[in-house]
Amino acid sequence: MAVDSSIIEAVPISGANAQRHPAVNILRTVLLKVGSAIFVLWGAVTITFIVLMVLPGDRATILLNITSGQTIARTPEELAPINALYGFDQPILTQYIHYIAGLPHGDLGTSFELQRSVANIIGEQIAPTFTLAGSALLLAWIFAVPWTLFTAGRGRRIGAFGSATETIMAGLPQYWIGILLLIVFAIGLRWFPVIGGTSFMNTVLPTVTLAVPLAGFLGQSIRSEFDRTMREPFVLSARARGMSGVGVRARHVLRHALIPGITLSGWAIGHLLSGTVLVETVFARPGLGAILVNAVSNKDFALVSGCVILNSFLYVVINLVLDLIYLVVDPRLRGAV
Amino acid sequence: MTDVTTDIRPAAGRAGLVSRLAIVRVPVSIVLSALAVLFFVIAAAAPSVLSTHSAFDTDLLSSLTPPAADHWLGTDDIGRDLYSRIIWGTRGSLLIGVGAMAVAFAGATVLGFTAALAPKWVAQPINRILEILLAFPTLLLALLFVALLGPSATSLLISVGLGTTPGYARLIRAQTLKVKQSGYVEAARALGHPWQIVFIQHIAPNAFRPLVGLVALGIGQSVVWASGLSFLGLGVAPPSPEWGALLEAGKASITVAWWLEIFPGLAIVLVALSFTQIGQYIQDLAEGNAR
Amino acid sequence: MTTTEIESPDSKIETFPPAGKKLLEARGLNVWFTGQNGERKHVVKGVDLELRAGKCIALVGESGSGKSVTARSLVGLAGDNAIVAADALELEGETLLGRSDSWWRRVRGSRIGFILQDALVSLDPLRPVGREINEALSLHGWGTRQMRRDKVLQTLTEVGVPEPELRARQRPGELSGGLRQRALIASAIALHPDIVIADEPTTALDVTVQAQVLGVLKQMLARGTSVILISHDLAVVAKLADAILVMQDGEIVEAGPSSQVLSRPQHPYTQQLIDAIPSEHTKGTRLSANDGVFTHQLFAPSASPLFLHEAPLLEARNVVKGFKGPDGIRRTVVKGVSFSLGRGETLGIVGESGSGKSTVARIALSLETPDSGEVRFLGEAWSHATPAEQQKIRKRIAVVYQDPLSSFDPRWRVSRILTDAITLGDPKHASRARNRAAELLETVGLTAAHLDQWPLRMSGGQRQRVAIARAIATNPEVIVLDEAVSALDVSVQAQILDLLSDLQTQLGVSYLFISHDLGVIHHMSDRVLVMQNGIAVEQGTADEIFYNPKHSYTQKLLESLPRLEYAKLRLAASSR
Repeated sequence: MAVDSSIIEAVPISGANAQRHPAVNILRTVLLKVGSAIFVLWGAVTITFIVLMVLPGDRATILLNITSGQTIARTPEELAPINALYGFDQPILTQYIHYIAGLPHGDLGTSFELQRSVANIIGEQIAPTFTLAGSALLLAWIFAVPWTLFTAGRGRRIGAFGSATETIMAGLPQYWIGILLLIVFAIGLRWFPVIGGTSFMNTVLPTVTLAVPLAGFLGQSIRSEFDRTMREPFVLSARARGMSGVGVRARHVLRHALIPGITLSGWAIGHLLSGTVLVETVFARPGLGAILVNAVSNKDFALVSGCVILNSFLYVVINLVLDLIYLVVDPRLRGAV
Repeated sequence: MTDVTTDIRPAAGRAGLVSRLAIVRVPVSIVLSALAVLFFVIAAAAPSVLSTHSAFDTDLLSSLTPPAADHWLGTDDIGRDLYSRIIWGTRGSLLIGVGAMAVAFAGATVLGFTAALAPKWVAQPINRILEILLAFPTLLLALLFVALLGPSATSLLISVGLGTTPGYARLIRAQTLKVKQSGYVEAARALGHPWQIVFIQHIAPNAFRPLVGLVALGIGQSVVWASGLSFLGLGVAPPSPEWGALLEAGKASITVAWWLEIFPGLAIVLVALSFTQIGQYIQDLAEGNAR
Repeated sequence: MTTTEIESPDSKIETFPPAGKKLLEARGLNVWFTGQNGERKHVVKGVDLELRAGKCIALVGESGSGKSVTARSLVGLAGDNAIVAADALELEGETLLGRSDSWWRRVRGSRIGFILQDALVSLDPLRPVGREINEALSLHGWGTRQMRRDKVLQTLTEVGVPEPELRARQRPGELSGGLRQRALIASAIALHPDIVIADEPTTALDVTVQAQVLGVLKQMLARGTSVILISHDLAVVAKLADAILVMQDGEIVEAGPSSQVLSRPQHPYTQQLIDAIPSEHTKGTRLSANDGVFTHQLFAPSASPLFLHEAPLLEARNVVKGFKGPDGIRRTVVKGVSFSLGRGETLGIVGESGSGKSTVARIALSLETPDSGEVRFLGEAWSHATPAEQQKIRKRIAVVYQDPLSSFDPRWRVSRILTDAITLGDPKHASRARNRAAELLETVGLTAAHLDQWPLRMSGGQRQRVAIARAIATNPEVIVLDEAVSALDVSVQAQILDLLSDLQTQLGVSYLFISHDLGVIHHMSDRVLVMQNGIAVEQGTADEIFYNPKHSYTQKLLESLPRLEYAKLRLAASSR
């Protein structure tokens, strides 16, 4: 087929400005993100350490008091062996280095109250919490995506209704939803057991409880991005090619709309401890939440800080993974100009 | 470039309240929310006006009775009227919520403004610190402070306030940055105004504008967090009628007295929802006028 | 007329319809938009048009004219809240009214193609362009996967995209403006529809790229596609269209063969549109019909001999400026640019996107400091002055931006915007500031009634006048105009350009006029600086540059510029 050669685009010379190979760009971006993640992790750990140092009361005293159940002042002779054992009497910097050094090995210190390795305690209880958080996230997505697809971009009434539902869902406190569900479905209808264990039936209600506000937030974010994207010209282009309204939503707009939802999910998992603490208490379900609440009321700071570090680690790792996923999904972020 | 693709662009059916620019037509939900807020404010200011019984009188004969004519929302395990306890608890709960929001707002404004406007050597460290703080979930941060300060109403206020500060600080920073890079700030500089004047006349007012709605939203959220902490036993202790404490107290009797858990929770939810609605509305108004 | 042969899956050889056959016809087309409160806006009022095979017709108008809506109604995409009615609306004899969605899906893309402007947002930014073109084929069940892949490459080659295998895998953001636009065109013509509707296909593009894209459209025409072209740019349209329909306020005010409409327009609006186009022919004349400040003809003033011995107002020497991009690489945006601006004259800086002209503007305003080189104001340090010194000079150099609304504090009314500038200029006049503001408004063609208005409620032209009023409030000696008229409709642009000329005569102010529009530059400037990729490739008087360009880039720019030859004829005819 003869092409009029005069119209062929003269590809411009790469120009005087330097262009890096795209792979180098990506590598650079990845390294930057990893570095940033490590920095945040370090910061979180350090802040926790500082809190440990700052807490009121002498740690050895607290430790002895917790384990003995008494609340009395302690003599130096009583405190000395504890201080030596835990290293409380060493200079702060040494303690800090010891603390940091132990982390990569999984050494999070020893619980004051339970006299066991914090890492062990957490390891035992982590599974039910994870299951809960993971299923809640999944459920939230399963609800939010079809709901938004069904109610977004279809006219004001439906959209307003969908949006209002999401706002309400997002604003409900988890503990109240949990209580409500417990009362209606467990106590009232007896479909589910009241006191928690970790079986499937035990997990249903807590999962729904966690999922509801999450679905609300997710829905809001997906919806607003969806609405915004629907107004973009490329949607019109697709329809002008013969695509149906449904097709455009599913094949073009959805991809765009989900992106902020992914960020939100990363945030949600990172903050899972927040939600599970409350839900596990409501349903008397074993897990990290129960451990944490107990530790805080008993001033078992070793355990508290262990949980906090775990959480920070999770948050940082998950967000890093998400950022890297973004680089694949949305090439605009690859750092190339 | 002429605005040629939008000769007359049909008004897109944008869901939600954003399309309202006329203040005169207020949606029903806002009216209802305002009424709810009014109710709670009266309950906080003058509980005796709205309550039917005393919050502390025990009446063991009618313990654990379900909602009825004489006790609108039922009684608890030692016969105290739940409705009155909720009314009397409003002051504490609202004050904690408002106080926590005040703390958070103060801290977040300072942090956010500094992070956005200060010279690089000041702003960068603050940004880094914010990033780190944001790695902590709100509840965890609040828990840390409660652990430090011990459970009490004041420590609850401070803990929730400080726990929500990083999130708001990030918002304020983002908003201030946006204003700083706007055309009118540049135009003011080009005109010859020094930075101080630009800050006072342009940056501060425009950065604050959308935050007004945030305050209302924040109060609702703070009440939720504070009650949550009390519910966990880490906040205000019984026999205070603070709502979270009510929830915590009612936990034990949940199988026989569902009303003890539902209604205090309902109060919390109502406060949260109505403040959120109002906050959202104010925010939409502020943004609607700006563009 | 050639017939083009294309292999299709069932070996049917497709041809274009014979020339002259009536393809698309609209009689009495009316479109209303329903608002949220049920109110109806009559947007297209009784439009008649007819497209015959092998021809190109153009719908020309400014914003609000209804041309885009008309075009979209022809493919049933006017919008969900649009009501479309017509006495007749037919595609090759079949009616288009009341058709089902599935019917339209068969027609769109295969019988009528639609090209939007600005490929950056008209193609899905997350998808490779090859996928988008492929989609056009697969939606209509065309061929096997392998055949579609080949067809995509073939279509890209047709529109002049080199290395199609590579380009098809790239996303719109990774392609240059011209390649993107071609890819967009490719996605619309992949199935070789008989009719193509192009809605402002060249508006967002640089002049050189614009010329190439017009070439692609021309080629399509030559092959037998019929085209409906929507544009606000008469010069672009003149190159392609056989017939022109001029729209104003939803109605067609004039229609006829291009040559006739452009050389002997019947309707005053058409005349107004043609008159409003700035070019070398209009230099020294008014572009618009309104009174403005003066009513007689004026000429753009040249540097008066009285001031020859004064230092130039603004002088830039070897200015270099670079920025760090998002990927960390430092790019030099301005590479050793020098210029000088004398009193009472206009220096035009022209360049395409990425030429660095906006950065030069900001350096001229000392909103950026050059990495090396300097700018002097009346011989004194300006770019490298201390902030205190700079502050004193700032009110002598004013600026007008492309988007006035974003340069106004959203909380301020017009009066505040102006009094803010006035009191800065002379604090003693605070009490009389409001009166002065009213005077300024009248100088720019508004009235004192506008003082209490919100800029948000004003039209684009009115806002720009307010911006100009603010600029002259401090009695500046230099005004930097950064694409100040680029966002305005042609007739509004004409008025503003006239206003600027009037002000220059009245106040003796100098302009640093930055634009990508060569016609505007030639009309306004005494001297011109041409920039490409950060380098000042050529400088000289306006006539020198435009009639005798020495640098190849300048020559290329001028060649690509669609000119309106008819304007020259008309001017010659009407001047005596």
